[in-house]
Amino acid sequence: MLKINKRLFKNFDWITFSLIITLSIIGIITIYSATKPPLDGGHPDFYTKQMLWLLISVAALFIVAAIDYIWIYRFSYPIYIAGLLMLAAVLIAGKTAMGAERWLSIGPISFQPVEFFKVFFIIAFSAYLANNHLAGKIPVKSLFIFALLPFILLIKQPHLGGAMLVVSLFVILSILKGINRKIITTVLAISIISIPFVSHIFWEGLKDYQKNRLVAFMDPSIDPSGIGYHINQSKITIGSGGVFGKGYLQGTQGPLRFLPEKHTDFIFSVFAEEWGFIGSLLLMGIYLMLFLRGLDTAARAKDEFGRLVATGITAMFFIYFCINIGMTLGIMPVVGMPLPFMSYGGTALLANFIAAGILINIRTRRFELFYP
Amino acid sequence: MLLKRIKIGAYIVIAAFLILGFRLWQLQIMEGERHKRLSEDNRLRIIKTPAPRGIIYDRNGVPVVRNVPFFNAVITADSLMALDINAIAELLWLTRQDIEAKIRTSNNSPFVPIRLKQGLTFQEVARIEARRSDFPGLSVETEIKREYPFGKVGAHVIGYLGKITLSQKRNNPHLNDFPPDTLIGQWGVEALFDNKLRGIPGEKVIEVDALGRELHLIKKRQPVKGQNVQISIDINIQKAVEDAFGDKAGALVAIKPDSGEILALQSLPSFDPNLFSMGISYHDWKSLTEDKKKPLLNRAVQSQYPPASTFKLITAIAALEEGVIDATEKITCTGRISYGRWTFGCLRREGHGSVDFHRAFVESCNVYFYEIGRRLGIDRIYKYATALGLGKTTGIEIMPIRERQGLIPNANWKIESRDMPWYLGDTFISAIGQGYVSVTPIQMAIAVAAVLNGGYIYKPTFVLNDRKLINTVRIKPETVEIMKKALYGVVNNPSGTGQKARSEITAIGGKTGTVQVASRRKDLMTNERIRSHGWFIGAAPVESPEIAISVFVEHGGRGGIVAAPIARKAIDAYMKSKEQRVQGVKE
Repeated sequence: MLKINKRLFKNFDWITFSLIITLSIIGIITIYSATKPPLDGGHPDFYTKQMLWLLISVAALFIVAAIDYIWIYRFSYPIYIAGLLMLAAVLIAGKTAMGAERWLSIGPISFQPVEFFKVFFIIAFSAYLANNHLAGKIPVKSLFIFALLPFILLIKQPHLGGAMLVVSLFVILSILKGINRKIITTVLAISIISIPFVSHIFWEGLKDYQKNRLVAFMDPSIDPSGIGYHINQSKITIGSGGVFGKGYLQGTQGPLRFLPEKHTDFIFSVFAEEWGFIGSLLLMGIYLMLFLRGLDTAARAKDEFGRLVATGITAMFFIYFCINIGMTLGIMPVVGMPLPFMSYGGTALLANFIAAGILINIRTRRFELFYP
Repeated sequence: MLLKRIKIGAYIVIAAFLILGFRLWQLQIMEGERHKRLSEDNRLRIIKTPAPRGIIYDRNGVPVVRNVPFFNAVITADSLMALDINAIAELLWLTRQDIEAKIRTSNNSPFVPIRLKQGLTFQEVARIEARRSDFPGLSVETEIKREYPFGKVGAHVIGYLGKITLSQKRNNPHLNDFPPDTLIGQWGVEALFDNKLRGIPGEKVIEVDALGRELHLIKKRQPVKGQNVQISIDINIQKAVEDAFGDKAGALVAIKPDSGEILALQSLPSFDPNLFSMGISYHDWKSLTEDKKKPLLNRAVQSQYPPASTFKLITAIAALEEGVIDATEKITCTGRISYGRWTFGCLRREGHGSVDFHRAFVESCNVYFYEIGRRLGIDRIYKYATALGLGKTTGIEIMPIRERQGLIPNANWKIESRDMPWYLGDTFISAIGQGYVSVTPIQMAIAVAAVLNGGYIYKPTFVLNDRKLINTVRIKPETVEIMKKALYGVVNNPSGTGQKARSEITAIGGKTGTVQVASRRKDLMTNERIRSHGWFIGAAPVESPEIAISVFVEHGGRGGIVAAPIARKAIDAYMKSKEQRVQGVKE
């Protein structure tokens, strides 16, 4: 199963690896600044925790990259079932944070299963699509297993962002496979239409904070110190950076707590305040390179499974990126999606590194034509 | 197929970057400055610290207002949550309900501490300081309160403070720099000299966090105390007047005849300006404005009454100056004069007999003045009255009220406003200051001053050593001499009507007047509401006057009885006060 040889090392995708390491280090540096205490006193240990998680994540990446992804392909369905079970477990035994049950505890470790589930989903659905000659159609049974079931489980948590992400990935991978447009539009339509119509699940079923976020997105000026507060403060934080930024550790919006969630969902705002337009563009450039590299990996993958997985993972990073940055810039609703590799959060960092590991894995093995 | 779709994906990624990049440019470059300002607004708070007001001194250097420290128990909102409300209530001698009410009515900003109790006694301050360590967040805040040691005395002159009104802020944008609960002068001298008195507030720029907690002091500017002001008022006179009036309503104005400086200006009943020092309560304001005695009405400038016999001063000047009579010429008074079907009576029903000018003035013979009024005609009376400042505002600056101008009638006026021709009878009653004639107490003080200073009309002022001539009337020195003797006679002759104004200290001259409210004589002294109004105008020392005075007592009875003694007390107070000042200089 593990075959580490010289050639593998030579072919290793160091570019993707250095891009995500760079992003993670920028993330830690920004977390340090964002959590700087306003007065003298102990610095909260968010940044050290994140460093620790980075080490674990790097190790995980190498392990994932070292396993030939054919094994991942072979175990894709059991992995997916495990993922679904974790989501179910959250509903039964989850811990509540901010009105949503998202956390699962195993012993001392708490983690958000959804972070891993989305990777499992990409693997399993890609395997399914690669495995079957669907001729442009997808059976209702599969539609249920890969779209409706995870959607319902995530909505129940409720994890709006996660549910939308899974549906988006389902649609993207289906398009890639060439599934009939009608079926894809139906899935999209159902998930969008279900929002107002299945009122049990949506609007009525939305938690107040979710409703507020949607309302605030529509018009942040309604109540600047209430629901629109996040968005307004984020725009002020980013905008006040100007061309060159206020300088590292010179930002005021985060440390003085005007910006909430400053080291998690709004990490980009803190970065943009301190590094300005130029720094932000450079940062976005790193992400752009990461995504284009991911798509290139997909294009060069040796098999359809690899191609689908690589696209799915890149799409996942991209969706997270767009929604997160769009949210901080006030052009997307606040849905609580972290910025990949930069936002504080161990589970997410680990899951993203595992996903990146798979991406690297696919690129590294693009020349291995013989299946073991 | 698949590759083509991946390529499309790359375009989508690049398109998304362009959109996000554009938005970033919008926020950081196009609106960068605005957002920078907003983030500074978030971070920085400007706290205004009030400046102590200047002190107001009277002409002798006696402070008529004081700034006294004033203590409040305050607590920050977040520390209140952590504390036992019952224990705080017990410490402050309040009930739990009191404290809960304060929390409810405080603005919800965690930044502004809640005032739990205002106006602590020294004992309470000591008690809090001693136990402060048990109540983190509780502190004693010191404020400065305006105190008026003389209370009601001179309140109409000194005035009071009030919150800055919206229209004041609109007219004077400078006032926006003051802390929001600043009290500025709203009445009297406090308002008139507010520019000088209020000083410049200090400023503290602090950095705060999102909860409004103070983190760093960035900049600090100390407040500048307002300038002190010395005004022309003599508080000793004001006190004497307050006592002399007792519970009667009325007004007194005393001025320096050679400059128009106001030595005393009293309107009664008065009010206590200390009520306003903390911002007046609704209840107190309501009882002041609804009081039937109208304590907020400044009777010295806002009330106009017929001048009655005090107006004979003006008629006399007109007659002597115009030469319609010689001071030695005698006119026979039979107690009445008939004109058509009307009869005009004299004060003494049996008549004064044959009287010359001096006796007519001293004994206030109406018939004599009917006759010289007839000889003058209303136009000449009008000319002298208005030249001496009657029938128009004096120009006194006493905020925020509007001075009334009184009325000196003439033929035109009667046609225009009453649509009736002028009769000789109108001239008769005008000559003795009744009928349509009306004046304010301050106008009469200026008129008597002008007669005695040789015809100079000064603008009344509260500014010490200020002098502003607004008009001159030609009065011959001989006429002034005749008038001085006559005025002296009114007070000092055994037959004079103003004997109750006679002073041991100085030679007072004056003229009394009684305004009949009811027509039947027997009602005059009995019924309070229709009792006559009493006037006294005068000056002292009559040879070279230093103080000119005008006293009006509402429903007080006859001027010689009720107003003359008040004038004497005021003049005596002035003389004593002057004596002390001279002694003070010698020492």
